[in-house]
Amino acid sequence: MSWTRPVLPWSFALAGLCLVVGLVWGFFFTPDDFRQGSTVKIIYLHVPSALMAINAWIMMLVASLIWVVRRHHVSALAARAAAPVGVVMTLIALFTGGIWGQPMWGTYWAWDPRLTSFLILFLFYLGYIALWEAIEDPDTAADLTAILCIVGSIFAILSRYAVFFWNQGLHQGSSLSLDAEQNVADVFYYPLLICIAGFVLLFIALVLMRTRTEIRARRIKALQARGQHA
Amino acid sequence: MIALLKRDLALALRAGGGFGLGLAFFLIVVVLVPFGVGPEADVLTRIAPGILWVGALLAALLSLDRIFALDFEDGSLALLATSPLPLEAAGLVKATAHWITTGLPLTLAAPLFGFLLSMETTAYGYLLVSLLIGTPALSMIGTFGAALTVGLKRGGLLLSLLVLPLYVPTLIFGAEAVRRGAAGLDASAPLILQAGITAGCFAILPFATAAVLRINLR
Amino acid sequence: MLHVTNLGCARGGAAVLRDVSFDLRAGQALILRGPNGVGKTTLLRTLAGLQPALSGDVTMPEESAAYASHADGIKTALTVTENLRFWAEVYGLTFDAAILRRFDLADLRDRQGGTLSAGQKRRLGLARLAVIGRKILFLDEPTVSLDTGSVAMFARWLQDSHLAQGGIAVIATHIDLGIDAPALDLTPFKSAPGTGGGTDEAFL
Repeated sequence: MSWTRPVLPWSFALAGLCLVVGLVWGFFFTPDDFRQGSTVKIIYLHVPSALMAINAWIMMLVASLIWVVRRHHVSALAARAAAPVGVVMTLIALFTGGIWGQPMWGTYWAWDPRLTSFLILFLFYLGYIALWEAIEDPDTAADLTAILCIVGSIFAILSRYAVFFWNQGLHQGSSLSLDAEQNVADVFYYPLLICIAGFVLLFIALVLMRTRTEIRARRIKALQARGQHA
Repeated sequence: MIALLKRDLALALRAGGGFGLGLAFFLIVVVLVPFGVGPEADVLTRIAPGILWVGALLAALLSLDRIFALDFEDGSLALLATSPLPLEAAGLVKATAHWITTGLPLTLAAPLFGFLLSMETTAYGYLLVSLLIGTPALSMIGTFGAALTVGLKRGGLLLSLLVLPLYVPTLIFGAEAVRRGAAGLDASAPLILQAGITAGCFAILPFATAAVLRINLR
Repeated sequence: MLHVTNLGCARGGAAVLRDVSFDLRAGQALILRGPNGVGKTTLLRTLAGLQPALSGDVTMPEESAAYASHADGIKTALTVTENLRFWAEVYGLTFDAAILRRFDLADLRDRQGGTLSAGQKRRLGLARLAVIGRKILFLDEPTVSLDTGSVAMFARWLQDSHLAQGGIAVIATHIDLGIDAPALDLTPFKSAPGTGGGTDEAFL
């Protein structure tokens, strides 16, 4: 992980640059939507955070699989480091969604399949983090959370499809769901891309930093064990 | 395997509470709901399928932490792990024993409790069938969760936090089947999906349970 | 029958023992000695397969080993006979009631596990070893809470019924069982942290 030392400040700087450019461009230099007015501009926070909420979980799944198969210690710690970032992304997506939803749909929350899926994802994140925190032995915790992540992923996908099934049973079609990417025009599209890049870089920078911290903590523990012996 | 199943059932019967406690909890949930939402029969009729499913789910959750905790504390889990019985089979047996002692009584009692909530008459058959298909999945998922938290001192609350999100698909399909039954619609689709989830749980989770137990026994 | 070569084992992510080697033939026993915390329990758990070895090899015939820990695994709601019959069935055997006499449990056969004294529970836990008929036994402090008479009774069973019939036993104990077996002091095999490949050391 020594390569991360020079990379870290650059990834933070690039993330900051992308976010500033993307958000300023998006907020002040794009026209209002003819139907939604200026509320549409929350898209620059909502879509990237929602994207990263899912990507963080996928990254945790991949890291968990690497840990289970190859027993690479850094990968277990990276999965641990990504979880709180992922949960914050999920919360940002849920809150910005609510703020956007109020003027659009007249309600902060609806049991729309997409919203519900995110709420369930949030619960999965909570369980995963709680399990990490509850177990003292770091290797046991890494093993158990990795298996929870793998099994949880299967159930998360099942839940997603179940939720779509469930909602069809209640409502006729999903008139509330607003699929952003399909009806986004180019003027909104480019700043959105820059914002997404900014969120990706921010995620990478945060996970790298947190992983480095975790590694340091384990190193201190090992040194203390050696010191006690000497 | 049969020896373990016999032992677990005998223990559940003798220690008491295995059958009774979950059922009593289920009854209390069903009784409390009208106090919360009001006595109007049409409201209760509409929410009855959901209440019965959520109540059954919570009642099943109640006894999960006992699946492995006692065996872990008195050392028999470690002895089982070194015995010729594979831990995968032990996990399967534990889930089966939990279903027989909680899922099955809940399934049989649910239609009775349906009367309390003045459920639609067309829904009773679907309630029975969907619980019969769905509660084994609740037991198997719960067994996995119990195995995850077996080594922890205060595992009970964590167990609920881990298991409840995993219960979402089972709950959705189960309650949906009863709702469709109540509305006089065809409920075969949710029932088939529910059966698929149960079958999938029993195919995959015994292995995950065994893996997790081995880690916790280390 | 039991070959242990250069075995290293860890407890809680830190290596405790390394390069433990010994060979036992049918009929032989080995007493593990050493101060508290040296790794006797860890070694026995590793041998029994409950935790992975850090290094080295353990070879023995398959489906031949059994493990007995500090805890007896007794179900308090089951009777003495039911407890033993359960383990016999798990190991695919039929329960022989003669074992009850051997461990002085005949009078207690219908008592519930929860009503037994600590020493009686221990005797029941040891009787399990006779019931399951395994050739290689890994015993962790088998004589805790036994009185001298019971210790002698257990030693007699171990010598006459187990070892004499080609069994093997690895026993961690602090007292003299009075059986004919060499002792292995684990102190020289103690692993210095940072040298044995414990998991925290992967970060150094």
